[in-house]
Amino acid sequence: MNLILSGEHISGLERIIEKELLERGANHVFIVDSSGNLITGSGRMPMEDILPLAALSAANFGATERMAKLIGEKDFTLLFHRGSKHNIHFSRINDDFILVSLFDNDVPLGLIRLGSSKATEQMLPLLIS
Amino acid sequence: MAFIDLKRNEIQAKLVYYGPGRGGKTTNVLHIYKTMSKQICGKMVTIDTKGDRTLFFDFLPLSIGTVMDMTIRIQVYTVPGQVLYNDTRKLVLRGVDGVVFVADSLKVQQKQNIESLINLAQNLRGEKLDIRQIPLVMQYNKRDLAGSNIPIMSADEMEYDLNRGLKVPSFEASALKGDGVYETLREVTKRMVKSVTQKLKTGRY
Repeated sequence: MNLILSGEHISGLERIIEKELLERGANHVFIVDSSGNLITGSGRMPMEDILPLAALSAANFGATERMAKLIGEKDFTLLFHRGSKHNIHFSRINDDFILVSLFDNDVPLGLIRLGSSKATEQMLPLLIS
Repeated sequence: MAFIDLKRNEIQAKLVYYGPGRGGKTTNVLHIYKTMSKQICGKMVTIDTKGDRTLFFDFLPLSIGTVMDMTIRIQVYTVPGQVLYNDTRKLVLRGVDGVVFVADSLKVQQKQNIESLINLAQNLRGEKLDIRQIPLVMQYNKRDLAGSNIPIMSADEMEYDLNRGLKVPSFEASALKGDGVYETLREVTKRMVKSVTQKLKTGRY
């Protein structure tokens, strides 16, 4: 499978990220495909940090999925890393795409989960059309 | 899979360095990282064990210029070579667009080279890719050991073992010294870009 996305679709994805996650307090949000390509993203972090983060996120998600299968689960629904100040939340959009949100401890996890859930629903038609 | 972003006019493609354990895959990528301009290559990420063996993968993003007015970004990965880590290799091969097979010139590694190449073909099939179709370049590494008392294979022997059927471009190299590293990278990226842009031109996306 190869993927080509129009400027209109990329802008649409960025608008969803802004409305559903950045406005809820996330610092940076990006979409990565399962092979590690950074599809798009928005926020405060520099690109030089986002590229390796995207690659590691795809690998982390793939490894976690494999762990889930080994213990008889299809997937883990919540994948979240909590740090002393900064956190990362991963959400599956579909089999090929992952939504990754970076946020600080002053933003409730529930708000990010709600935003991720709303965002993934809206993103899906733009990614599969 | 290559990803084409028409908003930023950017093509992202994935290059994987494959081969037997301790063959020099990470050394290749490390040489590129240390010697290439920081405007071209981004941050390198390595996930290895304490013994310097790659546990998961190495990653290095390269921005190599423009073709057809599109910026080409190559995401370089290595796989862990040890036989045991095949699940990890499959994970890293997901969506691959080009491969460098780094073969070890040490005589004692002859069997491991062949097994790793067979493993590559099998794992590519798992990705619905054919080793004869994908942009692939061979590298015969550790040629600097020629003339030392460590037995190594001749390039002809390695060519016979690994490339007599595939007939892809091959390069002799010493990743440790940097010899042949850029020649290999240049050839594989040229082939990857050609493959992606051909698909773009013919509308096969």
